[in-house]
Amino acid sequence: MSAILDIVASAGLWAAVLRIATPLIFGTLGALLSERSGVLNLGIEGIMTFGAMVGWLAVFNGADLWTGMLVAAASGALFGLVHAGMTVSLGLSQHVTGLGITLFASSLSYYIFRLTVPLASTPPTVTPFQPIAVPGLSDLPFVGPALFTQTLPTYLSIAIALLLAYVVYRTPLGLALRMSGENPHAAEAQGVDPIRVRYGAIMAGSALMAMGGAFLTLSAFNSFFPTMVQGRGWICIALVVFASWRPGRALFGALLFAFFDAFQLRLQTVLGDVPYQIFLMMPYILSIAALAVMARRARVPQALMQPYRRGER
Amino acid sequence: MTTETTESTAEPVLALSHISKRFGPIVANDDISIALGRGELLALLGENGAGKTTLMSILFGHYTPDAGTVRVDGVELPHGRPRAAIKAGVGMVHQHFSLAPNLTVLENVMTGTEPLWSLRSRKGAARRKLAAIAERFGLSVDPDARLGDLSVGEQQRVEILKALYNDARILILDEPTAVLTNIEAERLFRTLREMARQGLSLIFISHKLDEVMAAADRIVVLRGGRVAAERRAAETNKAELAELMVGHRVTRPTRAPAEPGATVFQASRLTVSSGGVERLKAIDFFLREGETLGIIGVSGNGQTTLSQLMGGLAAPSGGEMRLFGEPVAALDVDDLVQAGVGRIPEDRHRQGAIGEMAIWENAVLERIRQPLFSRRGIVNRSAGQAFAATIIEEFDVRGGTPTSRTRLLSGGNMQKLILGRNLYRRPRILIAAQPTRGLDEGAVAAVHARILEARQAGTAVLLISEDLDEVMGLADRIQAIVKGRLSAPIAAEDADPRRLGLMMSGDWAAGEGNTGEGHPHAS
Ligand SMILES: Nc1ncnc2c1ncn2[C@@H]1O[C@H](COP(=O)(O)OP(=O)(O)OP(=O)(O)O)[C@@H](O)[C@H]1O
Ligand SMILES: [Mg+2]
Repeated sequence: MSAILDIVASAGLWAAVLRIATPLIFGTLGALLSERSGVLNLGIEGIMTFGAMVGWLAVFNGADLWTGMLVAAASGALFGLVHAGMTVSLGLSQHVTGLGITLFASSLSYYIFRLTVPLASTPPTVTPFQPIAVPGLSDLPFVGPALFTQTLPTYLSIAIALLLAYVVYRTPLGLALRMSGENPHAAEAQGVDPIRVRYGAIMAGSALMAMGGAFLTLSAFNSFFPTMVQGRGWICIALVVFASWRPGRALFGALLFAFFDAFQLRLQTVLGDVPYQIFLMMPYILSIAALAVMARRARVPQALMQPYRRGER
Repeated sequence: MTTETTESTAEPVLALSHISKRFGPIVANDDISIALGRGELLALLGENGAGKTTLMSILFGHYTPDAGTVRVDGVELPHGRPRAAIKAGVGMVHQHFSLAPNLTVLENVMTGTEPLWSLRSRKGAARRKLAAIAERFGLSVDPDARLGDLSVGEQQRVEILKALYNDARILILDEPTAVLTNIEAERLFRTLREMARQGLSLIFISHKLDEVMAAADRIVVLRGGRVAAERRAAETNKAELAELMVGHRVTRPTRAPAEPGATVFQASRLTVSSGGVERLKAIDFFLREGETLGIIGVSGNGQTTLSQLMGGLAAPSGGEMRLFGEPVAALDVDDLVQAGVGRIPEDRHRQGAIGEMAIWENAVLERIRQPLFSRRGIVNRSAGQAFAATIIEEFDVRGGTPTSRTRLLSGGNMQKLILGRNLYRRPRILIAAQPTRGLDEGAVAAVHARILEARQAGTAVLLISEDLDEVMGLADRIQAIVKGRLSAPIAAEDADPRRLGLMMSGDWAAGEGNTGEGHPHAS
């Protein structure tokens, strides 16, 4: 029991929580933005992979780290454009299109990686983002090392979560976004163009997803390998439901999942005689449990997954 | 025929000229011209599918017409641009509300009213403006209520407020009273008259001749997509309007005396709860072959639960039911269909038909497992389509073929489809909840004739309605529903509007042999 307390009381755990949460925060916010406008984007897994690859590749070829992030975001927006074209303009199935994008983007990532980077026994690396100690705050006992010695993209992800919470609930743009996801006909009748709103939300959301991927190669690790996203995209899709489509709760959900994950890693070392697969399952099982509790009360955007065609009843 | 000159010489506020619109083979609007004066209340009358909604959608920029122009104050509006219509001062209250149930009243109203990229929603200012408008026209609602929690009447008020919030000077209401109770409807028309008095110009669409005669200044009748006639309200009468609308005389069918047979369904002291509230409290009624029981009441008094119960969607928590003499604990949807119980649900869009599916698919939905329509899990399309074609033919469903999507049918025609599906093979019991809501005179007469026909052939009918004329025209026995309780039945011969009105307001001394206290042991 005291071993468990020791884990929770270590600053290292909390620092890891923020690190692990960052790509989830980006991805969840991206998926949330898209779904709030009424479009499910299952391309997330592939878009994160592609973002991880292309961001890394840019830096590997001499771009600076932020340019790498930007390149990733732009590539994400491009995949978003494709998704929007298929689902919004053509009204195709959002599931099928999204899964198609995931398959395509994942394979394309590996293909481009193989084409441009020579085979080597150890994967080539770049110099990733370095932790920034926030002046003043990082010297605080416990809280300092736990929360204020992260890399810049981590701080950025939290800032974006707060920004999105503000935009969604406090600005005309956010209202237009929500209305497009609840009732695009009503939006249209009020002079808001739901098609443009959906295009915008899907593209911006996909850009965030790709940045989540790029965080993996440019901050968490320093190299790219094709399987590195490891289902994080799907976790994000579940976290959106857990968060009941609210940005603030999405942030909380991502941190909670990351906590389970960081905790099980440390627990493995303490309880050596339990098979480690049990621990690996833990965050997922706890997430499903949390989802089962939270999702019952969730208010799903009413027009989610319903294509909007102008001039039809 | 141009109508622009029939109003005063002053420039009309709104002028629709030579509007035409077709959907594939269907001509929805054919060279329609209408003008609207300032402070005028114009009624647009027409059968189901006459093209009323289409015309108003063109005016508001939802649809682009094939030909014709829309002018507001003499200035032509660009087609297909709701935004331009709003800017010009046109507001629209849709037949199917366009509101978002998950957002608050204020959010629904504010959408699209501010520059999209401003950094902050000015909710405080919006709240004040909304309160001022609500005050001016007597349209009060709680701005912070979640829209989905409001009653239908309140939601409609939000729709109207939304238009007024955008400074509408011309307000269009598409069948505003179809979903309202009589009291709510009266209140609405008081509001509309007040608006006209304050200089707004209004068009409302309706099938109900009474309210058209009572409220409108001028009446335009559409038939088959064309203007069939135009009358001042003072110069016409109901019979003439009905004839103009349908193109021939309409008379509602009359009821022959009933010859009731065996009791097919009996409810004793039945209580049904949902959401922790007792919606039906120890009710008693029975249904007999060849007889219609009418349940009259202002909507919201338990009718929805009653039709859910009879449709197998709710189970009783107390009391007893007998179906064909056998005691049953709850009705099961599948068993009901097998046993020959037909149902016409109250909410035809949500429970009656699936808009995205083809008409023939909806037609066979409940019978899909019958050998005629499917064998070993494989659907026989041609049999289904043939069946749908028969229904379309026999029940006069207009505006679609067996393979077209059900969503495209006008409201009234969708109801005829549902009715046809249920009555085609004579059911032993028919549950009809608000069967003629939103239907035009001709369709009402047709639906009534069908229901009477079924009863004549021995079907036991349960009619749930808030329309006095309908219940008096169709039912053999009448019970009133008030706050989840049922009055004792009275014979149709003893019913008159005044007595039914009293019963609906809970004065059960008006019903035979029943004290005003109702059932003593129900809480
Ligand atoms: N988007 C559409 N696509 C195809 N057909 C349509 C469409 N909208 C309307 N129609 C058809 O045009 C005709 C006129 O429909 P409309 O909705 O204007 O009738 P309405 O007068 O409003 O009827 P109701 O009283 O039943 O509401 C109908 O035959 C309908 O099926
Ligand atoms: Mg209509």
